[in-house]
Amino acid sequence: MLKAEDRIFTNLYGEQPWNLSAAKKRGDWDGTKDIILKGRDWIVDEMKASGLRGRGGAGFPTGLKWSFMPKNDDGLPRYLVVNADEGEPGTCKDRDMMRNDPHKLVEGCLIAGVAMGATAGYIYIRGEFHNEAEVVDAAIAEAYDAGLIGKNACGTGYDFDLYLHRGAGAYICGEETALIESLEGKKGQPRLKPPFPAMAGLYGRPTTVNNVETIAAAPTILRRGATWFSSFGRENNAGTKVFCISGHVNTPCNVEEAMSIPLRELIEKHAGGVRGGWDNLLAVIPGGSSTPILPKDICDDVLMDFDALKDVQSGLGTAAVIVMDKSTDVVKAIARLSYFYMHESCGQCTPCREGFGWVNRVMNRMVTGDARMEEIDMLHQVTKEIEGHTICAHGDGGSWPIQGLLRHFRPELEKRILARQQAAA
Amino acid sequence: MSGLDIAPDKMQPKAFAFDAEHDARANVIIAKYPDAKKQSAVMPLLDLAQRQHGGWIPRAAIEMIADRLEMPSIRVWEVATFYTMYFLAPKGQHKVQVCTTTPCWLRGSDDVVKACKDHLGIGFGQVTEDGKFSLHEVECLGACVNAPMIQIDDDYYEDLDAASTTRILEAFAKGETPEHGPQNGRRGSEPAKA
Repeated sequence: MLKAEDRIFTNLYGEQPWNLSAAKKRGDWDGTKDIILKGRDWIVDEMKASGLRGRGGAGFPTGLKWSFMPKNDDGLPRYLVVNADEGEPGTCKDRDMMRNDPHKLVEGCLIAGVAMGATAGYIYIRGEFHNEAEVVDAAIAEAYDAGLIGKNACGTGYDFDLYLHRGAGAYICGEETALIESLEGKKGQPRLKPPFPAMAGLYGRPTTVNNVETIAAAPTILRRGATWFSSFGRENNAGTKVFCISGHVNTPCNVEEAMSIPLRELIEKHAGGVRGGWDNLLAVIPGGSSTPILPKDICDDVLMDFDALKDVQSGLGTAAVIVMDKSTDVVKAIARLSYFYMHESCGQCTPCREGFGWVNRVMNRMVTGDARMEEIDMLHQVTKEIEGHTICAHGDGGSWPIQGLLRHFRPELEKRILARQQAAA
Repeated sequence: MSGLDIAPDKMQPKAFAFDAEHDARANVIIAKYPDAKKQSAVMPLLDLAQRQHGGWIPRAAIEMIADRLEMPSIRVWEVATFYTMYFLAPKGQHKVQVCTTTPCWLRGSDDVVKACKDHLGIGFGQVTEDGKFSLHEVECLGACVNAPMIQIDDDYYEDLDAASTTRILEAFAKGETPEHGPQNGRRGSEPAKA
């Protein structure tokens, strides 16, 4: 179990105030100037060495991402954009960081901004997080007043502005180019890549988009050192991570743990175990709604990291663990997700817009068994036609949960179809 | 994507202007973006208009925002109809938004939905006769370890069951604003004490 002193997010539950003086007591804004004066290259190299991979779901190495920003300074703006549009079902970690520990995020923005040569940062927070937005906005104001950001931030000679932007209810804006479009005052419809944001992002300028947890973890990693951070988790899966454990557990919660912790240990140590005991477990969605569901026999010993979950044809995603006990109608659970992906399609690409409507209608029939056997294969085939054939990853993210269900729970679908056919006969 | 639920002409005010308070806030918002990129302020300005106008955005506000941000009004319409948090027709004084996505459903959002429907006597998308409440089904609101939950106006009410849901709605009906957050006594997302 991760020791208390090795936690980055020491005020995740809001036991202490969020404000600047309390944050400083927790160690935030300590030696920020020294870190910045070590320079852009040092910060990027240290982040690379730490092994931190993006915490928003895709797991791209953070230091490498920061290094993609152009090195030559043309005197024009370039941007850091923080993705605080947390909306992947199961995921609620960024919310805690923003409402209870916002100075980690604000300080992280400055440091990341320096590392990528950004002149300004925008934090894009989902519109429903109204109260969280007020806290982050107030923390930004505190940091300005204390000279920590803005002109000559922390007395380093570096100018960095930071702004909060509220969304208005669209899951798709968590996709980085849709987020940029939205931030420009448009519908949140993803852009084709390339050009990647590091070349042409916000207002056509070089931009890097990072998740809240990624940015908020950076200052502590740089203070304590890459070696400290990389001492947690298996190789290529370094660090600590905030896990969200929801569904059929005795005490659902968010908790920071070392990467590569066994799923069973995570659930039993922190979430009070599965309702009715481990043997009452049916399945787990390990990393937010997009990641394919895993049946109990895989959950028995799988580790919670990028590679281990990829090896079992799922993913770590946002590390949002959704637990289902044996009372769950697993077909209905996934059918509800298919509704979500239909509802949240931006409508730009035909396979996603039309496909997820079709998938949802068939899934609803699968719940009652009102389907033909061959429609199971057809369902799989249609998700394969959506996956990889859309501008953004929404098409993939909505296809994987269905594919996971078919991979592990196909007999359940067949049973329902047969039962209905027999009842009719 | 939100459907096109636009208030009929007879409900539309002829003109719309920000009052002094909202105007000042609009100026602060516009200053966050580069001068040539005022359009970026369209979302927060739509939100301001909705707050000032009792929870919905009239046509005149859309035209006013387009003028103020020097953008074609169709571009404002596109934004106003794309995002689910903008309402273009009057709703209840309090918007009761129930999350029914899988993590909430696993923890009993069906009971919460039933409590809301029974207590308010309306279905999703409807407004109570006295205009006090409207009921909305929403997708994941990002409070999954505190499921099931509802959002009423700006606040999250979490760790609900049928009884606490009803209690909260009764309090709102009496003009009170009950304490938001977890309703089972725990703090934030920490594990509940056994």
